[in-house]
Amino acid sequence: MLVRLAAASLWARALTVGMTILAIALSVALFLGVEKVRTGAKASFANTISGTDLIVGARSGSVQLLLYSVFRIGNATNNVTWDSYLDLADRPEVDWIVPISLGDSHRQFRVMGTTTDFFDHYKYRRDRGLVTAQGAIMDDLFDAVIGSDVAATLGYSVDDPIVVAHGIASFTEHKDQPFRVSGILEKTGTPVDRTVIVSMEAIEAIHVDWRSGAKIPGQTTPPDEIRQMDLTPKAVTAALVGVTSPLKTFSLQRAVNEYREEPLLAILPGVALQELWGIVGIAETALLAVSVMVVVTALIGLMATIFSSLNERRREMAILRAMGASPWTILALLVLEAALTAAVGAVLGVALLYGVLAVAQPMVDAAFGLFLPITPPSLAELWVLLGVIAAGAIVSMVPAVRAYRLSLSDGMTVRT
Amino acid sequence: MGAAAIDLHGVAFHWPGRGAFGLSIPSLTVAPGETVLLLGDSGSGKSTLLSLICGTVVAQSGTVAVAGTDLAGLSGAGRDRHRADHVGVIFQQFNLLPFGTVQDNILLPLRFAPNRRQRCPDPRKTAAQLCAALGLPDGVLVQRAASLSVGQQQRVAVARALIGQPPILVADEPTSALDETSQAQFLDLLFGQVAAQGSTLVMVSHDPRMAPRFDRVLSMADVIQKGAA
Ligand SMILES: Nc1ncnc2c1ncn2[C@@H]1O[C@H](COP(=O)(O)OP(=O)(O)OP(=O)(O)O)[C@@H](O)[C@H]1O
Ligand SMILES: [Mg+2]
Repeated sequence: MLVRLAAASLWARALTVGMTILAIALSVALFLGVEKVRTGAKASFANTISGTDLIVGARSGSVQLLLYSVFRIGNATNNVTWDSYLDLADRPEVDWIVPISLGDSHRQFRVMGTTTDFFDHYKYRRDRGLVTAQGAIMDDLFDAVIGSDVAATLGYSVDDPIVVAHGIASFTEHKDQPFRVSGILEKTGTPVDRTVIVSMEAIEAIHVDWRSGAKIPGQTTPPDEIRQMDLTPKAVTAALVGVTSPLKTFSLQRAVNEYREEPLLAILPGVALQELWGIVGIAETALLAVSVMVVVTALIGLMATIFSSLNERRREMAILRAMGASPWTILALLVLEAALTAAVGAVLGVALLYGVLAVAQPMVDAAFGLFLPITPPSLAELWVLLGVIAAGAIVSMVPAVRAYRLSLSDGMTVRT
Repeated sequence: MGAAAIDLHGVAFHWPGRGAFGLSIPSLTVAPGETVLLLGDSGSGKSTLLSLICGTVVAQSGTVAVAGTDLAGLSGAGRDRHRADHVGVIFQQFNLLPFGTVQDNILLPLRFAPNRRQRCPDPRKTAAQLCAALGLPDGVLVQRAASLSVGQQQRVAVARALIGQPPILVADEPTSALDETSQAQFLDLLFGQVAAQGSTLVMVSHDPRMAPRFDRVLSMADVIQKGAA
């Protein structure tokens, strides 16, 4: 009966209580939403590259190698010679190997030289492969396949000509060997979206008239002549490797790291990704802290509402006291009321989150390549909800204790 | 019944705070079944005295015995329980929880009073009977308390004070919010029920015109100075 009266009392103040509930609901939705985005981002980050057992590059740091080979951030300090690459490819543990060559750019996007094997072996989100949305993967020497962001940003479509600049953010362009867009990839949510992919030979072809970073004056080899030349690469930036059996991964990694001809480094992408996330993760913690603050703010709002309701409800409390309710009952009623408010807010917040998620999930996936799975609330989320309800009850203790005092000192006479 | 319904002796009470209002009552006794009218000016401490009888506040010295129990000997929770079981309370106005139904309001004291609950095996039926006896319309029980007229609300408050037959009824100016005709009607109904239940009634007012209805009339001035036997 008292619970029903508490609910009726809340209902009678539906407007203010509703506002408080809304604030709590929004804060809970925000908190859980941030949590969802965070875990989603983490998962999608960890899934940037999958199916590749080792990444091999010149010796540097593992995070650095991961950054330039997968995320196209920063530059390789050294290359791997073509001979070493062939040595590696010949090893019995190697199931497949894909070379990548970086160093050129097109507008703000990196150009990556590789083989068509790249499209077979590069996987993300566990088992998803690269698919062309339009056109086909490169066939001709001067064909380029572009990621979806490249196409969207620069407004390219299949068959458009593009010019590749030498070096990164440089204005000296390889004007003489114009490429053609042969295909546009579907959005992946990985750095591939922001990459222009050409063949290894194409990278060599661009540099026919260049020596140590500068154009040889007066020399311009026509494309037809270039096609006749030997375009075997002299070096690669890194290589993606698949092993014949997972058990071989570590022995191959050791073999690469101990390679005598040249200092090389082999990394496990999963491990390096985790290491990198550890660095990126600081922002994640900050985000979480902010959303916790929002929840705290909403709870303080709850406390303020109860406080401001105390005066108008002294009468109510005096009646209960006159009927024989103890001051503890008054305190318990207020705490119960707060817990009820917080509970409704929390549940509403979850509903809100799922509603938004249902609508926004495809959009977020398309826009950011961030997949937010709609799963039933996890145990951790249920704990969050319980925590919010408990916190609501706890903050309400402050006004409840004041009500307790008032109801002790008021007696039968309410002085207002 | 040998013991007095209400028995105050050498009571001294003052509200907390320096220079706060205080009361000292040498002696005040009300016999069981007696109806007493307490007259006094505003601010003379009538409501304070009722709070003492109800045990919502405690005298600093002296004895306040209600229904044969010295309230000073009880714990806070004990006093609350004692009040619930033995005293029905009617305020001047705003007696009811506005968001509850009439029935919620009438049954409320039973929630805290095991003895009254026992005396009232079928509370809903009793509530309906009381409402009928107090001239409240049929179907009033399910109405929201706030939707009733002031006179009706006061009668609901009487029903609430009477349910489970507490031996003592305490009423703090229950008619002052009513016009003259409703006042008379209200008092008729109240006295009818008080007689039927044989309750002790202590009513506060500053309107001496209703004095003839009561067994005894006391003025606050008498209570404080001389004490009343
Ligand atoms: N809860 C309280 N805390 C402190 N002082 C109080 C409290 N209630 C009443 N008083 C003081 O006690 C004095 C007497 O008040 P009380 O309400 O008992 O008078 P009253 O005779 O009932 O007056 P009225 O006819 O206006 O209702 C007043 O001066 C008031 O300030
Ligand atoms: Mg008064």
